[in-house]
Amino acid sequence: MMDTIVKIQRLRKEFGLLTAVNDISFEVKKGEVLGFLGPNGAGKSTTMKMITGFLTPTSGTVSVDGFDITERPLEVKKRIGYLPEGAPAYPDMTPLSFLNFIGDIRGLSSSQKLQRIDDVVSRVNLESVLYQPIDTLSKGFKRRVGLAQAILHDPEVLILDEPTDGLDPNQKHEVRSLITQMAEEKVIILSTHILEEVHAVCSRAIIIANGKVLADGTPNELESESPNHNAVTITVKKTDNPSAVRETLLAIPNVHKLETLEESDVLSYRLQAKSNLPIVAEVSQTAYEKQWEMLGLSVESGQLDEVFRTITTTSSRIN
Amino acid sequence: MNTWVLFKRELSSYFATPIAYVFIIIFLFLSGIFTFYIGNFFGRGQADLVAFFNFHPWLYLFLIPALAMRLWAEERKSGSIELLLTLPVTVTEAVLGKFFAAWAFTAISLALTFPMWITVNYLGNPDNLVIFASYIGSLLMAGGFLAIGSCMSALTKNQVIAFVVSVVACLGFILAGFPLVLDFFSGWVPHIVVQTISSFSFLTHFQAISKGVIDLRDIIYFASVITFWLFATVIFIEMKKAD
Repeated sequence: MMDTIVKIQRLRKEFGLLTAVNDISFEVKKGEVLGFLGPNGAGKSTTMKMITGFLTPTSGTVSVDGFDITERPLEVKKRIGYLPEGAPAYPDMTPLSFLNFIGDIRGLSSSQKLQRIDDVVSRVNLESVLYQPIDTLSKGFKRRVGLAQAILHDPEVLILDEPTDGLDPNQKHEVRSLITQMAEEKVIILSTHILEEVHAVCSRAIIIANGKVLADGTPNELESESPNHNAVTITVKKTDNPSAVRETLLAIPNVHKLETLEESDVLSYRLQAKSNLPIVAEVSQTAYEKQWEMLGLSVESGQLDEVFRTITTTSSRIN
Repeated sequence: MNTWVLFKRELSSYFATPIAYVFIIIFLFLSGIFTFYIGNFFGRGQADLVAFFNFHPWLYLFLIPALAMRLWAEERKSGSIELLLTLPVTVTEAVLGKFFAAWAFTAISLALTFPMWITVNYLGNPDNLVIFASYIGSLLMAGGFLAIGSCMSALTKNQVIAFVVSVVACLGFILAGFPLVLDFFSGWVPHIVVQTISSFSFLTHFQAISKGVIDLRDIIYFASVITFWLFATVIFIEMKKAD
C-alpha cells in the first residue's frame, strides 16, 4: 500500500517581515526517502519545525496519517520521530537514562522499552558510551544519541534535520545505511546540503530556496536538468587534421556545442547535446563510419550540484 | 502521566549536577546564620522557630530565582526545548512537570532543616503545631516564588536576565506587605486599598500561617498565585517557543 502519509499544503511561515517558507506543498508516501535540499536559510529547518509541530504555521496545513498538526498535535507527534538540527539532548543525562526517559514519554511499556532500547542501541552503536554523561560525548556519538531517540518508538514518519552534519566519513556511511535499512517501512524526510547524500539515500529530492520549492523529482530526474546531461566525451587517436574531426562531430544532429579537451597526444572532445537529447549512438556511429581509432567514449549523467547551483542562483536573482 | 515522567527527569537532573548539593548546603548554611546570629535565636529565650521562619522570605528572594532561572531558559539555550515540545506532551504537562520538580526539590531542602526543629524541642517546649504550620506556609511561599521564576525563565534564553527579573518581581510581592510600604500608603489612600495591596503580599499570608492558623484563604491565595504564574508560563511558551 502506498498511502500518502505526510501531506503539506500551501505551508507558509512569516517571521515579522521575513517570509521563511512561502507556500510549500508536497506529499510523501510510505517507502519514500525525501531529501530536502537548499542553501542555508532556504527554509528547510523551518518547514521541518512546522511538520513536527514545534512552530505554528502562519497559514497552510500539515497532516500526518490524516491528523492535522494544529488540531491534533499529539496524534501527529506520536507518529513522528524527529532529530532536530544539532541533535539537542539533556547534557547531564547518560544515553541510557535519556533513552529511558524518551521511552517513558512515548508511552512504551517497560518490557517494550527494554527491547527497543536494546535494538536501537545496537543499531546506532551506542554500547560503549551508555553510561557516560551526554555532555562528555563526541559530536558523532551525540548525533547517534539523537538518532536513537528519534527511532526509539519505531515511528511511521522520521524527520531528520541534517543527520550527517559534522560526522566523519565512516559515521556518515553508517547513518546512511541505517536510513536505507529503515526506508521501506517508513516515510523519511531529511534535510541536507551534501549532494552526494541525496544520491546515496534519497528516492526523491526537493530543492528549495527562499522558502519556495524550485524542483521536485528523483535524483536522476533532477540531474537531467543539468546542462551536461547526456553530454558525450569522445577520445580518438590523433589524426592529421583535427579540425576536420571537430567539424564532423559538430555536424552530427543534435550536437549543440563542442569543447576541446585535448589535441596534443590524442584528440578528446566533449559534446553537449541539444535539449539534453541522447547523442551517444550517433557519435559512435559517426566514429565508426569515419574509421577513427576510438580510445574512449563516455556519457555524462550530469551533476546534481550544477543543477542545484543553476536553480538556486537564478531564483535568488529573480527575488 | 507525562507530567510524572517529566517530574522524575527534572528532579533527578538536579542531583545529577552539583546544583542540588550547592543549593542545599547554601540554604542550610544561610538559614543557620539568619536564625542564630541575625535572628538572635538564643538571646530571645523563647522555644519557637520564629527567628528561623522570619527570614525565609528574604532567603527565598535570592535562592528561589536562582533555582527557577534554568527551568526554561536553559532548554531554550541548549535547543532541547525543540526536542521536548515535539515529543507527545502538552506545554501544560511540561510546565507542571518542571514546576513540581523544582518545588519538590525545595521541599527536600526545607525538610533538611529538621535539626532546627529537634534542637528547639530539646531546649524547651515549643508549640509544634505552630512550627508545622510555619513549614507549610514556607513551602507554599516557595511555590509562589518558583511560579514567578518559572514564568520569567520562560521569557528569555538568558539565565541571568531570568534571575534578575525574578528577583525584582518577587521583591514586589514581598514588599507589598511591608510596614514601610503600607505606612506610605495608609495616610492618604482609603483603608480598603491599603488592605488590597497588603493582601497581595506573600509576607501577609506567610505571617498569618506562621501564627499557627492554617486558614483556607491563605492557602487559596498561594494556590491562585501559583496557578496564575504557571498559566502565564504556558502562554509565554506557546507564544514564543522558537525564539
